[in-house]
Amino acid sequence: MWCSGCGIGVMLGAMLRAFEELGYRNADTVVVTGIGCTGKADDYLVTHALHTTHGRALAYATGIKAFNPKLHVVVLMGDGDSVTIGGNHFIHAARRNIDLTAIIINNFNYGMTGGQVSATTPGGSYTSTTSWGNPERDFDICALAEVAGANYVARETPYHGWEMKELIKEALNKKGFSLVEVFSPCPTHFGKNNEMRQTREMLDWLKEKGLPVEQYRKLSVAEQGNHFAIGKLVDRDAPDFNTRYEEIRVRATAPEGIGGRCEAK
Amino acid sequence: MGREVRLVQGNQAMTEGAIYAGARFYAGYPITPSSEIAEECSKVMLKVGGVYMQMEDEIASIAAVIGASLAGAKAFTATSGPGFSLMQENLGLAVMGEVPCVVINVQRRGPSTGLSTKPAQGDIMQLRWGRHGDQSVIALCPATVSECFAMTVTAFNLAEKFRLPVIVAPDEIVAHMREAFSLPEPGEVEVIDRKKPSGSPKDYKPFVADADGVAPLAAYGSEYVFHVSSSMHGPDGYSNNDPANAAWRVAQLHRKIEMHRDEIVITRSFAAEDADVLLIAFGATTRASRAAALELRKRGIKAGVLQLITLWPFADREVATLADKVKTVIVPEMNYSGQVAGEVQRVLGSGADIRRVNSYNGEVITPQEILRAIV
Ligand SMILES: Cc1ncc(C[n+]2csc(CCOP(=O)(O)OP(=O)(O)O)c2C)c(N)n1
Ligand code: SF4
Ligand SMILES: [Mg+2]
Repeated sequence: MWCSGCGIGVMLGAMLRAFEELGYRNADTVVVTGIGCTGKADDYLVTHALHTTHGRALAYATGIKAFNPKLHVVVLMGDGDSVTIGGNHFIHAARRNIDLTAIIINNFNYGMTGGQVSATTPGGSYTSTTSWGNPERDFDICALAEVAGANYVARETPYHGWEMKELIKEALNKKGFSLVEVFSPCPTHFGKNNEMRQTREMLDWLKEKGLPVEQYRKLSVAEQGNHFAIGKLVDRDAPDFNTRYEEIRVRATAPEGIGGRCEAK
Repeated sequence: MGREVRLVQGNQAMTEGAIYAGARFYAGYPITPSSEIAEECSKVMLKVGGVYMQMEDEIASIAAVIGASLAGAKAFTATSGPGFSLMQENLGLAVMGEVPCVVINVQRRGPSTGLSTKPAQGDIMQLRWGRHGDQSVIALCPATVSECFAMTVTAFNLAEKFRLPVIVAPDEIVAHMREAFSLPEPGEVEVIDRKKPSGSPKDYKPFVADADGVAPLAAYGSEYVFHVSSSMHGPDGYSNNDPANAAWRVAQLHRKIEMHRDEIVITRSFAAEDADVLLIAFGATTRASRAAALELRKRGIKAGVLQLITLWPFADREVATLADKVKTVIVPEMNYSGQVAGEVQRVLGSGADIRRVNSYNGEVITPQEILRAIV
């Protein structure tokens, strides 16, 4: 299904190894996908799965997790899915800190529909709808997740498959909203349009630009502009949605007059 | 001990109907004139062990409802015109993935933001055709507070039984009206739960229908591991682009409604048997129509009322049977375009004497306005 040199398969392999190492059972795991090349991943899975609509995967996943907190719920999305059409759901899932793991393949364009511009296409880059260069700025998905309230944020590239798996494992183990962003080659569209026709060239580009976060943070702001950080960027333990919900439920079910303000019968 | 009778609002009765039917998940986004449902659910869901969520918009609300339903919940949402429009794409997924859920759309006067606190019956065609892609749903329309309760229970029953979204679409008058209501005891009104799979989990195929046209539905987290997809899929829920498969899928989605049409189509008639003049009404216009029919009888004109409770699938047979015997049909409705009158015309043909009474100023239709169509 995916083109040769595409990064989606590497991510899927890392995710499945993470499931295996954590002992996830198919019956306890739900993978929710969006629409796009990334969103096609459910067809290769034998867990429970829900293939949703473009941009809305996190909202579907929120309903699943909120109703049955025992499930492991993992959401696979592209950059178009997660932060372009679905940006509102993304920031609200992070704000709620709902215990989902989002894995985003950021290939800087809309792979499935022919390489159009996305909210993560770097300014000036070429796509099938920015023939003279992208006039808009791009989102930093990890920064967005951090300010919106995610408990765990990491970034990796397919160049580092083992590290990616380890980060996905940490994300899965983390209670609350966790995000692993994968900067990923799309040689067929983004590569072709930006003089990185060969898979190798796109991988080299990602490898040169990506620096371990410790190293990245030592750079001057100007130098940081030429690079991006990989590794674990945020790790914190704010209570997740379901925990807080059950705390509130105690008030609702307490005998008359204790805790809550609700007079409903 | 006598049963407690309370003065209850339509929105409250629909909420009580949902809880009675076993709803334990609500996700929504507040909008007049449906907000009382959200407010009540936010209180009661926590008490009954369910979950209430206010989502970031109506797109997310129906998505969360569908997700929760697949996790095993009876789930619903409530909205009005602008929010109902936003829900359409994901409602289509509920049709395609055969996911039971209930949507309450309290109809208000549009277009667009329109008169947000005023009643209308302008969404009749959107209920039926609002989603892209050639699909069928069920839509019900209560006219009284008791019907608000009963039709919400029925909506859940039909959704669970036939694995599809069911829309309850009262107008603002019915949703905000207060009438005497007493809550039935548990067990008094039938409550239906979705069919669960049995047999070996290995063999479970979420889209292989039984003889009744409906496939059993497992829940995420059960040993019956399954896939649901918005894309065209085979019996196992995995992508399938074969034309024969697509034809089978699309037909199955329509056919299960057609097969059970008699059970789904609910109408009521009042003094219609010997009528020369038949008023075909739904929602709040039913009340004005009954008053108008009584007045006509007093004046020596034999008038009766056919109330459409199920709007979709349309009550073709019931309309044809009654209208066959009358001279004149009147269709009062709170819209400009005569959305139900057009359906009646389709059923009766161009030769029939069908008179339209329309209001589209945000005000109710009065019995006097209906009388003017005949005398
Ligand atoms: C509501 C809606 N709008 C547009 C589309 C068309 N569409 C399908 S996938 C896609 C973009 C996919 O890009 P991304 O999410 O980055 O995934 P990728 O293919 O790059 O993995 C678009 C615009 C759609 N399916 N639904
Ligand atoms: S178009 Fe791009 S993202 Fe899609 S499969 Fe091919 S390389 Fe991967
Ligand atoms: Mg993309």
